[in-house]
Amino acid sequence: MELVSQLGAGVTDSLSYLGSLAMLGSRAAYYTFIGPFKGKPLRLQSAASQAMEVGVRALPILSLITFFIGLILALQSAYELNKLGAMTLVAKAVALSMSRELGPLITAIVVIGRSGSAFAAEIGTMKVTEEIDALEIMAINPVHFLVAPKFLAMIVMLPCLTIWANTMGILGGALFGVTQANFTLGRYIQASIESLYLRDIFSGLIKSVMFGVTITAVGCLEGLSTGGGAEQVGHSTTRAVVISIFLVVAVDLVFTGIFFFLGNG
Amino acid sequence: MDREHPNPLEPKTVISLRDLRVSYGEREILHGIHFDVKAGETLVILGGSGSGKSTLLRTLVGLEKPSSGQIWINGQDIAAISDDELYEIRKKTGMSFQGGALFGSMTVGENVALPLREHTKLEDSTIEIMLRLKLEQVGLAGFEYHMPSQLSGGMKKRAAVARALAMDPEILFFDEPSAGLDPIIAAGIDHLILELKKAFHMTIIVVTHELASAFLIADRMVLIDKGNIVAIGTTEEMRTSTQPRVRQFLDRVPEPDVEGELDYLQTLTERYRRHA
Repeated sequence: MELVSQLGAGVTDSLSYLGSLAMLGSRAAYYTFIGPFKGKPLRLQSAASQAMEVGVRALPILSLITFFIGLILALQSAYELNKLGAMTLVAKAVALSMSRELGPLITAIVVIGRSGSAFAAEIGTMKVTEEIDALEIMAINPVHFLVAPKFLAMIVMLPCLTIWANTMGILGGALFGVTQANFTLGRYIQASIESLYLRDIFSGLIKSVMFGVTITAVGCLEGLSTGGGAEQVGHSTTRAVVISIFLVVAVDLVFTGIFFFLGNG
Repeated sequence: MDREHPNPLEPKTVISLRDLRVSYGEREILHGIHFDVKAGETLVILGGSGSGKSTLLRTLVGLEKPSSGQIWINGQDIAAISDDELYEIRKKTGMSFQGGALFGSMTVGENVALPLREHTKLEDSTIEIMLRLKLEQVGLAGFEYHMPSQLSGGMKKRAAVARALAMDPEILFFDEPSAGLDPIIAAGIDHLILELKKAFHMTIIVVTHELASAFLIADRMVLIDKGNIVAIGTTEEMRTSTQPRVRQFLDRVPEPDVEGELDYLQTLTERYRRHA
């Protein structure tokens, strides 16, 4: 009996958490897309500096990781394809799995580690030092002031990073293709491009926008619900990372399912 | 309270609390608080740690929602109005937080200018002049390009007051203005509050547990204990009060069980010394 009630409590807690996330996400979307037409201009300067932090500064580490991932994919698929005598399909395998799945996912995970955690820590610290309360007292909406610029930066930068990640992954695969599978660089890239349809790239980009929404909502919600004390900021940051990774994978599953049943698969 | 026929000779009532109750979850923190604040007066809310005085302040400015009762500020019950209406009231109030709550990523000048930039359409040059003026009022002229982290505790509080003054508020709230400051700096903040009172005739509400500071700045005082009002009156009435709880607080008599704890600590220390 106790197990059932615990399970019930767990389910209601999770649902109310998702509800708060949806609420925060929709309020951020309101201040980003509708607010500016209702006399509440978005803080574009802050959005630009967030975009710099979320996007541009992530490029070196993201490039390195996705290059390695592309190389790993090539090695793993070559192991099987070699037995079938179809080494030329390595390019296709890497290009497809990067742009449909791993490009968006790896990008999201790198961004969670760099920015999702930073959002939670920044807003959490502001909560602890009463800066969020101070905004409220000055009649400045914290969602408008803090969350909306991050939201805009995320949904713009995540697809951009994803395209970059796809490219780096394909280049990683090319390193294997050129050195081990008798491709020239030009030939490998051509084979990659030929194996991709626009829908492969778009499905990945749509997912990456949804990942951006999820990461911002979780990071900011965790920050805003930080309790008192420095210790709680650390706690919020950890929760933000763990919950974001879980929800990004869940969102990934949902959208991959939708694309599959829509016949885009 | 006669809202319909106010006496024109009496100062207007700016804030009225009516049977205000606040709970965190199941636990009720404030059990029916009831008082009025007149325009231009300085009211000090006194109380020990855990008395509910900070919760009272947070509720007064709308950061906590009461579980029942009313908070009338300039004729509007802030517990019952929409967020937009509350924001309109807040534009006419300022608050200085205990730790300053300055935005760490902005300079002192940007902190003070923020409400002006958000709520007014003033030119940058006008805002610049206004923020210099506000900083001068609190004795921080020339510090507009400093970061909050470069300021001392007392200076942070002054900067926070400057920010609270930015929109020329009618009501100013102070949370523990002298907490964590040495006596000389704390006295400086007290004098700043007195000057503001004299110069602008603002309604000022201060939450503190510092007796000396309270008696210096207050017109009237409210003593809160365990979520109830114990006494309310002018500084003179408080000073001469014979109510046991008021006397205990003003004469700084410890609670009996606290004494027990001190004895216990002393025994522990002695035992430790013997071992060392």
